[in-house]
Amino acid sequence: MNANREVLCMEPELTETPIGVATPVTPTTDTMPRRASVGRDVRNTVGTITVPNPRMEARDVNVFYGEKHALKGVSIDIGAKEVVAFIGPSGCGKSTFLRCLNRMNDTVSGCRVAGQISLDGSDIYDRKVDVVPLRAQVGMVFQKPNPFPKSIYENVAFGPRIHGLVNHRNELDELVEASLRRAGLWEEVKDRLDQPGTGLSGGQQQRLCIARTIAVSPDVILMDEPCSALDPIATAKIEELIDELSQNFSIVIVTHSMQQAARVSQRTAYFHLGHLIEVGSTRDIFTSPQHELTEDYITGRFG
Amino acid sequence: MQPTALMIVLLVITSAAYFFGRRRAVSAAGGQPRYLNSLPAYYGFYTSLWSGLPALVVLALWLTLDSSVITHLVVAGLPDELRNLPASRLSLVINDIHNMVSGNVVSRPDDPVMLAAAERYREMRTLSLAALTVVVLALAAAGGAFAWRRIHTDLRARNAVERMVVLVLVGCSTLAIFTTIGIVLSVLFESIRFFQAVPLTDFLFGLSWSPQMAIRADQVGSSGAFGAVPLFAGTLLISFIAMLVAVPVGLLAAIYLSEYAGPLLRAWAKPVLEILAGIPTVVYGFFAALTVAPLMRDWGSALGFHVASESALAAGVVMGIMIIPFVSSLSDDVINAVPQSLRDGALALGATQSETIRRVVIPAALPGIVGGILLAISRAIGETMIVVMAAGLSANLTANPLEAVTTVTVQIVTLLVGDQEFDSPKTLAAFALGLLLFLVTLVLNVIALYVVRKYREQYE
Repeated sequence: MNANREVLCMEPELTETPIGVATPVTPTTDTMPRRASVGRDVRNTVGTITVPNPRMEARDVNVFYGEKHALKGVSIDIGAKEVVAFIGPSGCGKSTFLRCLNRMNDTVSGCRVAGQISLDGSDIYDRKVDVVPLRAQVGMVFQKPNPFPKSIYENVAFGPRIHGLVNHRNELDELVEASLRRAGLWEEVKDRLDQPGTGLSGGQQQRLCIARTIAVSPDVILMDEPCSALDPIATAKIEELIDELSQNFSIVIVTHSMQQAARVSQRTAYFHLGHLIEVGSTRDIFTSPQHELTEDYITGRFG
Repeated sequence: MQPTALMIVLLVITSAAYFFGRRRAVSAAGGQPRYLNSLPAYYGFYTSLWSGLPALVVLALWLTLDSSVITHLVVAGLPDELRNLPASRLSLVINDIHNMVSGNVVSRPDDPVMLAAAERYREMRTLSLAALTVVVLALAAAGGAFAWRRIHTDLRARNAVERMVVLVLVGCSTLAIFTTIGIVLSVLFESIRFFQAVPLTDFLFGLSWSPQMAIRADQVGSSGAFGAVPLFAGTLLISFIAMLVAVPVGLLAAIYLSEYAGPLLRAWAKPVLEILAGIPTVVYGFFAALTVAPLMRDWGSALGFHVASESALAAGVVMGIMIIPFVSSLSDDVINAVPQSLRDGALALGATQSETIRRVVIPAALPGIVGGILLAISRAIGETMIVVMAAGLSANLTANPLEAVTTVTVQIVTLLVGDQEFDSPKTLAAFALGLLLFLVTLVLNVIALYVVRKYREQYE
């Protein structure tokens, strides 16, 4: 399993290159000077995959849907209280990898995960691990807002109830209020907590889903394109919220919007056809990508 | 021409109209169909509709009214002493004439007046058929010609055909609605006749059911009792037992099949479960009467209970088994309709699969499940064959499922089986029971629709 670990951690050669200094590799017709130095046919991960204080560590993760090899040897750390963005064209495996991090892929029939993913040093794919507490620790927000057909209050109270986090009604009330406040939704819904959550607007529904997730105090929050079904104003609110939440939680966000990745994340990982192509600080990825595929993507040449 | 032959000829004319209409349209466009407003086939349909529909309507009306008009005319031509007979006697005479015309046995074969009337009837019928043939064929030809002359490149044949299609659809739905109304009215009128003999309150609130009517005034033991309460109590008792069996088993089977079972198992188990729905109810009846009822009796006596050999329990349990696929199939559909995203949401919060089902999937699917259960109750209340064979005939007013009870449907069957006189309350009671049963299931269905709609508003 560790056989190809060395090649995965390539020394970042160009992260020190000052922005704006061109490294002519191939002639280009773009106005932007070309800096990427790793060729398009290279499939090993470029950049630093490790962080000093990791919460989650994934090593050589492979995912198969039946015969299809969907994710090929992905290794990356998720640091404490940081926002990591996964970008890449559709079908590149970023959502698949995200769903590996809280074992949501278990619910997909025919899906097989190989490799090692650990949360705070313990393997989450270990036989002895119960997915129930794991998913409480690693929460998830989905692409489409999916509030339960219950009241706003019951939506947020769902997690605390099933995990027995509170003993009294008063505690539950406080927890619901605190979660809604942290999700920035309290002021909008405090007078109608008994109304169905499905009656809220799309952006409010998504914030309700975030409130529902943080009500069980997870360590890591996974967000799978949380804004793709929302309008720009609702998107701005969610992004603000992600920023605030990153003071307490590690957040992994899959997004198709490169602006969004640039705005909310500290680190960015670029996926391409099941390979993790490049990982680096968001600033470096967007200003001086090392891999030509990354550069192609962020400059809008494809994807 | 006989009506059947006439219909065939009409069919030939309309087909011909199709070809002529189509050909005229194509030639009007100079052989270039793209200069036409509509496809050539629409001009064909347009012409054949014009030639066929009016003729068909006249044909239908004529055949409906023809015999009563002729009868009326024949009666008008009868001698006065026959014509002035009371209505019931006159109808006997008319029957005789009809029988004579069709060559059956008649009561007065040699009466010259009757012979003359029959002869007259026969003549008028021949005349009517001839007139019908001429009128229908003329209408078909005229309609076809009219449409054919109107065909030119700008005629919007497509829209005309479309309007006709809508009319046909409206006609079909109206037919369904009027059939329902007709059935209800016929039951209603017979019930009103029943309620003229037996007061409504006695029927609705009477506690004893013994549908007997004195034929002679001095008959002994002739007092009938028409209280429907024991019948409805029996119906409800059996339906309740049936639902006790069907709802848990059906619902849990649906949950297992839709949430837990693997694709292979589902592919086998679902059809097998649905085979239960295909078993004729009379077969369930054997099963109830010959297997389940004796079994219940034996178990009962082993436990020290007295179980009647025809018990509400046996009938209810078998009826419940019959309804299981109904409940499970409907519930399975609604459970599958719950979006996967809701399950994902609950699972991602760390809910187990059964918590997800109990707290998210079932509440979301509840309106559909409740609707399905109410439909199943309607089915149980209306079920006849199983209870006829397994529940017995004695109208006991009891809540004890171990005794024999009888149901509304069983009593309707027993009241109407065999030769019956339709002016006795005994027979008419069947219609009153039918009406009440219809009203009960109607109310249930309305409640089901209301519940479903109310929840749906809340959840969508």
